[in-house]
Amino acid sequence: MLHGVSLDVAAGQVVHVAGSNGVGKTTLLRVLAGLLTAEQGSVSWQDRPITADFDSYASTLAYLGHNDGLKADFSARENLSHEVGLRRPVTSDEIDDTLTRVGLADCRDLPARVLSAGQHRRLAMARVMLTSAPLWILDEPFTNLDHVGVQLLSSVIAEHIDGDGAAVIAAHQPPAIPGHTVNCVNLA
Amino acid sequence: MQTSLTRAMALIYRDDLVLAFRRWEQIAQPVVFFTMVTTLVPLALSPELGALREIAGGVLWIAALLAALLGLEFMYRADHADGTLEQMLLSGQPLAWLVLAKTAAHWTASGLPLVLVSPLLAISLGVPSDALCVLMASLALGTGTLSALGAIGAALTLGLRRGSVLLSLLVLPLAMPALIFGARAVDMAIHGEVARGSLLLLGAMFVLSLTLSPLAVSAALRISQE
Repeated sequence: MLHGVSLDVAAGQVVHVAGSNGVGKTTLLRVLAGLLTAEQGSVSWQDRPITADFDSYASTLAYLGHNDGLKADFSARENLSHEVGLRRPVTSDEIDDTLTRVGLADCRDLPARVLSAGQHRRLAMARVMLTSAPLWILDEPFTNLDHVGVQLLSSVIAEHIDGDGAAVIAAHQPPAIPGHTVNCVNLA
Repeated sequence: MQTSLTRAMALIYRDDLVLAFRRWEQIAQPVVFFTMVTTLVPLALSPELGALREIAGGVLWIAALLAALLGLEFMYRADHADGTLEQMLLSGQPLAWLVLAKTAAHWTASGLPLVLVSPLLAISLGVPSDALCVLMASLALGTGTLSALGAIGAALTLGLRRGSVLLSLLVLPLAMPALIFGARAVDMAIHGEVARGSLLLLGAMFVLSLTLSPLAVSAALRISQE
């Protein structure tokens, strides 16, 4: 599906992957995350192909896909302590702080199945924030978010970039990250 | 700092069990099936204990095997659908070990209940009480083997829309040796013979499937993302 795509991401950079529906934005992001293998070409992280030591590459990245990766029967807190706990030891204070940050403090003990689609997205975002991974790969992160949510997410991404993180974002609208220029890769 | 592997495995095991108990019908279904089949046998064949005792080993084992097969499909289905499988693949932990923890959790929720109710059902089929230990041991090893083998089938059929039929076709032939030796062990115990040889063979099959299956499952799970 994708041909001749080449992109570089450095610390402190936001890359916006643009393109019309079905052009392969998600495919590209999944290849970058190592969920798909490219038929030709390769993905390297810090000058080493990611296949060389996939697990250590995976621990440096936070991926937010189409699916929020949440268990419907777990509460917001349980979801975070499970998902983040697999990667690094996490305290419940950290979880509560992040839930407050993304505006889910009131529903932290509700099962994810009763949360709205926008709240799911916020919860998934909280997971990405807590992972404390240097590379964020976000597939349509602004979907289902309200106006306040979009602003919140943009400022969260800005903070991540300020802390020498990197982000690859697939979106239809060019994301406005306060204080940072966004490099665009257009697949069309 | 990364979570240690043992901590990650414990987390997967515990959380999978918590989820299983929140969806308790998935735990109840195999037990209900197992109980129904074994109680129907005396009604359909003969209520005479002597006759039942002759077939008890086979009946208990077939019913337990099919009951354990019922739950296999759900092993990775929900994780695949809600995207948590993706997150598990990207957790940076060695996948095969996480898979082992998931298999153990699945067995605890689906195989262990069968092992625990089996003595009651066995007594109703006229199995003498000295054979109950062999029955439970053989079923524990047998359902463990099936969970390990079934995980391969479940992971391979993840992307398919109607994977359950294919899953049974894939897994049942592999489980046949366990059925043969398991039913034989119980039968020997019922007749007062030493069932040690069959149990040891079952144990060997269990160890073999438990060591090889996580590797096959993790490869299949990675393919399921394509």
